[in-house]
Amino acid sequence: MAATLAPSDQLNGSIFSPAGALTIVRAGSVARELENTPDPLTIDLSRVERMDTVGAWLIHRSVRDRGAQVTGASSELQELLRQVAEADHPAPVRPVGERGAVAELGAWTMEAGRTLVGLLGFFGATLVGFLNLIRHPKRFRYNAVVQRFDVVGVRALGIIGLMSFLIGIVIGQQGAVQLQQFGAEVYTINLIGRITVRELGPLMTAIMVAGRSGSAFAAQIGTMKITEEVDAMRTIGVSPIEALVIPRLIATVIMMPLLAFWAMLMAIFGGGLFSWISLEIPPLTYVQRIAEVVPATDLWVGLIKAPVFGFIIALAGCFQGMLVANDAEQVGLKTTAAVVQSIFLVIILDAVFAIFFSSIGWI
Amino acid sequence: MSITLPDGASPIIKVRSLENRFGDQIVHQDLDLDVRRGEIIGVVGGSGTGKSVLMRSVIGLQTPTAGSVEVLGENMIGREEDEAKNIRRRWGILFQNGALFSTLTVAENVEVPLREYFPKLGTELMDEIACYKISMSGLPPEAGNKYPSELSGGMRKRAGLARALALDPELLFLDEPTAGLDPIGAQAFDQLIRSLQKKLDLTVFLITHDLDSLYAICDRVAVLADRRVIAVDTIDRLLQMDHPWIQEYFNGPRGRAAAAA
Ligand SMILES: Nc1ncnc2c1ncn2[C@@H]1O[C@H](COP(=O)(O)OP(=O)(O)O)[C@@H](O)[C@H]1O
Ligand SMILES: [Mg+2]
Repeated sequence: MAATLAPSDQLNGSIFSPAGALTIVRAGSVARELENTPDPLTIDLSRVERMDTVGAWLIHRSVRDRGAQVTGASSELQELLRQVAEADHPAPVRPVGERGAVAELGAWTMEAGRTLVGLLGFFGATLVGFLNLIRHPKRFRYNAVVQRFDVVGVRALGIIGLMSFLIGIVIGQQGAVQLQQFGAEVYTINLIGRITVRELGPLMTAIMVAGRSGSAFAAQIGTMKITEEVDAMRTIGVSPIEALVIPRLIATVIMMPLLAFWAMLMAIFGGGLFSWISLEIPPLTYVQRIAEVVPATDLWVGLIKAPVFGFIIALAGCFQGMLVANDAEQVGLKTTAAVVQSIFLVIILDAVFAIFFSSIGWI
Repeated sequence: MSITLPDGASPIIKVRSLENRFGDQIVHQDLDLDVRRGEIIGVVGGSGTGKSVLMRSVIGLQTPTAGSVEVLGENMIGREEDEAKNIRRRWGILFQNGALFSTLTVAENVEVPLREYFPKLGTELMDEIACYKISMSGLPPEAGNKYPSELSGGMRKRAGLARALALDPELLFLDEPTAGLDPIGAQAFDQLIRSLQKKLDLTVFLITHDLDSLYAICDRVAVLADRRVIAVDTIDRLLQMDHPWIQEYFNGPRGRAAAAA
């Protein structure tokens, strides 16, 4: 039979006789051919010129599972077959724990509950850290705080200013379109003044700070957890709460009302520019009207909310950062979680504040 | 004794007049190197002499400022990604820090190159291939479905090696594979590389600081200093040279201890 062999694989009854290179490149087709060859199987390797471990594995697997006979293998091929056989230790490939939908929902609920409890616990730990600092004021890290002032506050001025300026214009424009229908476009000024000072100033600032700084806190602290910097700190006796969390908290709490005030000013400025150009209200009149229609309590409402929002944002950011363990993917996940969580909490708190301030008569 | 092989020989890696610079800093200048098929070549040099940069230039991750690099007979500089794919398939790389994909299990890591180049293999066969590669790399079967973060440093190196071997490469690049391993682990890793090299007929480009590895497994050693490869030879012959760095490196207390071992 050997005399009539063409230089290609031959299927002759139950003899499988591959030719040329038996390597990973044609492993897929060889595997299928082997499958289609009926038992009892004989594999003739005499025409194989080159074989790699994948080719050897295919042969080995046929011998193991189907009791195939191997003939014509040179000593080199035999050696390779022997090595592959030696390495034949089945191992699990996929991670454990694929869950059903109900179990997934349960796990998610548990996780959400644990996160909330964890956040409360973290809040407690931070308070304890504060008390310790008050007792040992020398340990307070002024430099770290000042550095955060710059990053959280000063560097955010541009983007928050621009955003608020545009929002002022949008509110003015949308308000004017609606109010014109009643001939009441002069009330656009009331709308701009009150909504930016009381609501949008602090809220939009909070959202921007959550996206800029809350996420950065989570990513910074998370990366430090992975590189074991946080562990190193602990062993040296530096409390990560004091060194990492409290400076960020203080900086954000102090910067938020300043940024919110800046946002209010820029929004009023944007609204004023729109009123001047589009409604032909002169700037001086606009400023006078703003001062008349925006009560001082509105400013207080805005400026009281802002630091609380800042506290929540910094707390959630640092907390999520501290939750990072093991691998780089977690940094991304926890950073996202920090932003989502802090914006969510900020909006809930905003609703609570709205009810509270109305009920004490600051309408 | 010259650094390059005679013109007739066809080295598996051929580097000529390589120059690499970062801004003002010149890392390599006029660097020549030939690697023979089937040898384990050790690359040594002080920290920051550009061993990793040399490897990155050879495998095409870094475009050199000047010079030519040929691997497996193909020019590597300025290649399109697609064209270079056929060459990339023929080598395996173990990065200095393992560079395992952290969101995949060890076995899934080994399957990544298989899926990339041979998607038609089928899941079952791929799983089997991953398993015997894991076993060949000296990992216990339980490691298969663990994530890299759950492994020790030595196991991570072995997992990286398993991934580097996934496609049965002809050429294996190892960047400081034994750094950070305990001496017993490092010795075991050396032996593993030696035996795999013999079994699978590999050419190994081994960057190392580990004198024991050099003595134990390298056929030749290339010394990187003064921005180029100053010598390539067996350790015995290198010892005859009177370059100060070579003398200090191999004849310092650690060098002598390794030689005695
Ligand atoms: N991407 C880069 N940008 C700038 N400098 C680099 C870069 N990569 C490496 N270098 C510099 O090149 C030099 C050689 O680095 P490397 O090859 O990593 O050294 P080693 O021999 O220790 O592996 C170092 O001085 C390093 O600072
Ligand atoms: Mg290096």
